[in-house]
Amino acid sequence: METTAQPAPPASPIDPQAVQLGNLVDDDGEFTKLHPNYKTALRVRAALTALPVIFGAMMLEGSLRGQSPLPFGVIIGLVVFLAVLFIVRLPSRRYHARGYQISSDRLRVVRGILWRSDTVVPFGRVQHIDVDQGPLERFFDIATLTLHTAGNHNASVNLPGLGHALATEMREEIRAHIKRESM
Amino acid sequence: MSVSAPASHSVSVPITAKAPDAQPQPEPQRTAPLSVGIGLLGAIQNAIVPIAFVAFSSSGRGYGILAALGVGLAIIVIGGFFSYLRWRRLTYTIGAQDIRVESGVLSRAARSVPYERIQDVSLEQKLLPRLFGLVAVKFETGAGGGDDLSLAYLTEDAGEELRQLIRERRDAQAGADSGTESDAPSLSEEPAAEALFTMGPDRLFTFGLFEFSLAVFAVLAGLAQYADGFIEIGDAIDLAGAWFSDRGEEVAALGATLQILSALAGLFIVFIVGSATGMIRVFTREWGFLLERTARGFRRRRGLFTRTDVVMPIHRVQGVTIGTRALRYRFGWHNLRFVSLAQDAGSSSHVVAPFAKMEEIRPIIAAAGFDLPSDNAEWHRASKRYRTDSAIVDSLVFIITAIVTGTATLLYAPEWFLFVVSIPLVLALIAAGANLLAWRFQRHALDASQIVSTKGVLSPRSQIATRLKLHSAEIAQGPIARLRGYGTVHLGLAGGEFAIPGVPLDRAREVRREVLKTIAATDFSDIETS
Repeated sequence: METTAQPAPPASPIDPQAVQLGNLVDDDGEFTKLHPNYKTALRVRAALTALPVIFGAMMLEGSLRGQSPLPFGVIIGLVVFLAVLFIVRLPSRRYHARGYQISSDRLRVVRGILWRSDTVVPFGRVQHIDVDQGPLERFFDIATLTLHTAGNHNASVNLPGLGHALATEMREEIRAHIKRESM
Repeated sequence: MSVSAPASHSVSVPITAKAPDAQPQPEPQRTAPLSVGIGLLGAIQNAIVPIAFVAFSSSGRGYGILAALGVGLAIIVIGGFFSYLRWRRLTYTIGAQDIRVESGVLSRAARSVPYERIQDVSLEQKLLPRLFGLVAVKFETGAGGGDDLSLAYLTEDAGEELRQLIRERRDAQAGADSGTESDAPSLSEEPAAEALFTMGPDRLFTFGLFEFSLAVFAVLAGLAQYADGFIEIGDAIDLAGAWFSDRGEEVAALGATLQILSALAGLFIVFIVGSATGMIRVFTREWGFLLERTARGFRRRRGLFTRTDVVMPIHRVQGVTIGTRALRYRFGWHNLRFVSLAQDAGSSSHVVAPFAKMEEIRPIIAAAGFDLPSDNAEWHRASKRYRTDSAIVDSLVFIITAIVTGTATLLYAPEWFLFVVSIPLVLALIAAGANLLAWRFQRHALDASQIVSTKGVLSPRSQIATRLKLHSAEIAQGPIARLRGYGTVHLGLAGGEFAIPGVPLDRAREVRREVLKTIAATDFSDIETS
């Protein structure tokens, strides 16, 4: 739309091969796993969240010593057990539940353990693209790719846990596609 | 809606390359001088309370009245002076690419809105400005919140002229940008308008009747609906009982006929008040309703005291919603809204036909490029498992209530057991039945260019969206849905929500595949400029 000099757009703005590819990528296909560092990053984040709770449990245990009917260590044992589940098991499941597929004209993002969501965003509807890195993500050299659309639902679709290089590469690819389409 | 405006990826440079050379240097202009008058009236309004306050606090002594008048005069003079200053300092410039408004007495603010970002220009007349023949011109940019630019006040003619001008500029720019020739800019005169829908006083009267009965119906429905409704009925019976036992003798003395008469009179008053409110609301809001199809899009004018004049470009219409209410549906009345990015009085959909028969709606949506689903449309229902599951889930609440209260009464008041348990169980049955029934009325269809979704038993609601103007497609599944193989299809619609729940997984994937095929074939910016 921005290039003024271009004559009328070509009859078909997209080559048939791309459409076919797009179809191949749909639905059931196996999605690509995220960067392995993402799992570690999730674990670190979970550990940081769990730490205050563990401290709290320790203090509770300490202050209740001798007064509680429970034997020493029950509370802390329970909390630590839950924390281990939370730090070890959950990120792993979450990591395996998440993934993406990218084709020549669309990106599919899958996420969720219990509540699954499976979103497809066609590049032709992307308004702008973000690549974000938090401090933790920078440490692990991963990034979050966010596609913004004009729809109210899925106004922004996040894809966390991509390698930083891959995320920027994907961004360039999607941007190039938008540009080509709109000429 | 944080989306700034469509096609925001195309903000980049080359617009300036097309700078019109024929334009003379644009001059800053002032709004209508009469705006000061409106400001003055506002100041008088503001002065009333302080005057009253001073007058009363000095309890009517002579100097008190004088003081009150003095205070009032001061407020009016200051208010009027500031309103004059504001008017002096508010200028707008119609530039080549944008409209700029500079304002502020002490601090200056300059805002520029590029023409291509202006979605709508609407004119609004509140009562006072209307008496003076002034309008407020609002520029809808699709920016979220009340952050749109507005110019108050211009004379009616100047407002209309400005709107026309901005539209031409915008269209010229859109045409130049897209590189395709646009047929619009050639018409600089007022394009011929074709009236699509109007509502005369008769129609408004009918509409008003239904607005009332609805209020009553809503109350009744609310009472009958769920458990808390029954508690309210219980409370009412208790209250009535207490009232009667308090003044049993009095009431008995009045005699049965009189009691009945007074009850009837009460009902009658409620009826009168209710219908009057509904009637007044309808007449003030919808008076002189006129929807036209102009070369630039849909134009809607309505309002008795506050008159609004809104234009929606056709290509900005993202989808349509046809709704109704339970009672008016029995008489074949529906309402029609357009879903669009621009805001309409705070709501994101534009009411284009608040009270119309289906045959009146058909041409309107046809003008917007939509079709009512044809008779041989291929309708799909939600999954039967979804029906079963939602019936179970919805009645579960009541069954649990029945178990809990049943156990409690069995322990403490066994003679009430049947009564206490039967209520939630009946409710559970109702909830399950409602779900089964709702399932029968919930369906969707996909045709070559649009997707339609319908639901609702008493007041069916249909949503139609163009496949091309959707922005994303998602299949969402909760734990039960995953186990049972269905999911909710969420489609990204600009300015609205479009979700179809309980679709069998295969069908959900098919819908998504089909929709995506249409979307991916055309880039967003091609839609916006078409």
